[in-house]
Amino acid sequence: MSEKSLSEKAPAEKAPAEKAPAEKSPALALPSGMLAELTYRCPLACPYCSNPLQMGGRDSEMSTDDWRAIFSQAAELGVLHVHLSGGEPASRRDLRELVAHCAELDLYTNLITSGVGVTRSIFDGLVAAGLDHVQLSIQDSQPEGADWIGGYEGGYAKKLEVAAWVVAEGMPLTVNAVIHRANVHHAADMVDFAVRLGARRIEIAHTQYYGWALHNRAHLMPTRAQSEEAYRQVEERRERYKGRIVIDHVAPDYHAKYPKACMSGWGRLTLNVTPQGVVLPCHAAQTIPGLEFWNAREKKLADIWAHSPGFNAFRGFEWMLEPCRSCERKAEDFGGCRCQALALVGDAAACDPICSKSPHHGLIDEIAARDSAEEIKGFAPRRIAAAREKNPA
Amino acid sequence: MTDVELTCHSRPHLLRGVKLKNDQVRKTWVLLAPERFLRLNAISVDILRRCDGQAALASIVDELANTYAADRAVVDRDVRVLVSSLVEKRMMGL
Repeated sequence: MSEKSLSEKAPAEKAPAEKAPAEKSPALALPSGMLAELTYRCPLACPYCSNPLQMGGRDSEMSTDDWRAIFSQAAELGVLHVHLSGGEPASRRDLRELVAHCAELDLYTNLITSGVGVTRSIFDGLVAAGLDHVQLSIQDSQPEGADWIGGYEGGYAKKLEVAAWVVAEGMPLTVNAVIHRANVHHAADMVDFAVRLGARRIEIAHTQYYGWALHNRAHLMPTRAQSEEAYRQVEERRERYKGRIVIDHVAPDYHAKYPKACMSGWGRLTLNVTPQGVVLPCHAAQTIPGLEFWNAREKKLADIWAHSPGFNAFRGFEWMLEPCRSCERKAEDFGGCRCQALALVGDAAACDPICSKSPHHGLIDEIAARDSAEEIKGFAPRRIAAAREKNPA
Repeated sequence: MTDVELTCHSRPHLLRGVKLKNDQVRKTWVLLAPERFLRLNAISVDILRRCDGQAALASIVDELANTYAADRAVVDRDVRVLVSSLVEKRMMGL
């Protein structure tokens, strides 16, 4: 091998490609990640939860065997990362068995947890089963605020305990913090906090308004000045903590000029499986009426990925309307988010109104200004309907 | 700043939770890390396989330069670029 090829080819190429070819609709790619929502049950009640407002309880959940079959099919289909999520995945008694199954298939396992419900013996069992990574949510860098937002007394202390186990084990820890008006002033603190915990990675995600977050938007929306200041302070920490922690920063949608490349494009790289087996391109896809999604208990995952009408509805560029259709950014942001276009403009094929090119963009500024002026404490805590009836708030 | 600087005595290794995988579906080697994957070319795989936490950077470079009959300075630069980028991404330790 020549010197030239050595220097040209190393280091590693970055993948997956961030951009699809601009004009032609790209060929069907392989999914690299699968979000497995094992259950909607969760001890916490975060008002920005991305789960749907109507959630099925334990009786409607898939069995261990159902999930094992799905993970096996996912590995065959090309999935590399499996994100075990919920709800709180530790609410499932078969979690260890499912992690072991994924590890046997050589799938990379990521546990997305609140930490609450993860006992020492559960954690040790997951380590033995081959768990690769833990993503731990925090609600705030301060205990009082954190427990209030999560609606769970003692949750903060429990999280510290779980974080310490993960770090002591040598396993990579990601801290996930969702930013909203009640904690926006601590956004940068949370990065410092994650460094102190020994996390390798932190996701600072300004709230995305879907599911419970959309329902509670008026209590969560920060002012533009708050968002911008928090964003700046977090960005400032990138250089300070270079080589110590990786910061993934999700920008505040309603205060952005261009929309996010939602899910890196609809049905392009990832899929979600709900506790009931419905296979979706994203958390919120079922809010779009008229789309047909298939169930992994009834059809093979590969068939669903390639042929499910819901997945194919917004792949490529054919479905786009103006201003997206002729936009030079369409292969970069894919017109933004379909669920948001539906929720705010009433048409899932419309340009995401977050985009300053959208004729409805003015609406975003109006909503953001109005909502950020609302009283903060009246949000509806996330609850499964059955539990809500038993324990009305 | 990184706590440890990369030198010829460094013994680079993949951190726990960062794994090389021969992806049979994509027909390529990939590096799996939390929420990330990198597609690897053959040379990167060769470099990373030698980063076992035992071998010093200098000996990794010697071996690769020898195997590929390549200019040592060029190999040295390539190995450092790859290793330092992965250290920065918190995928490798020294």
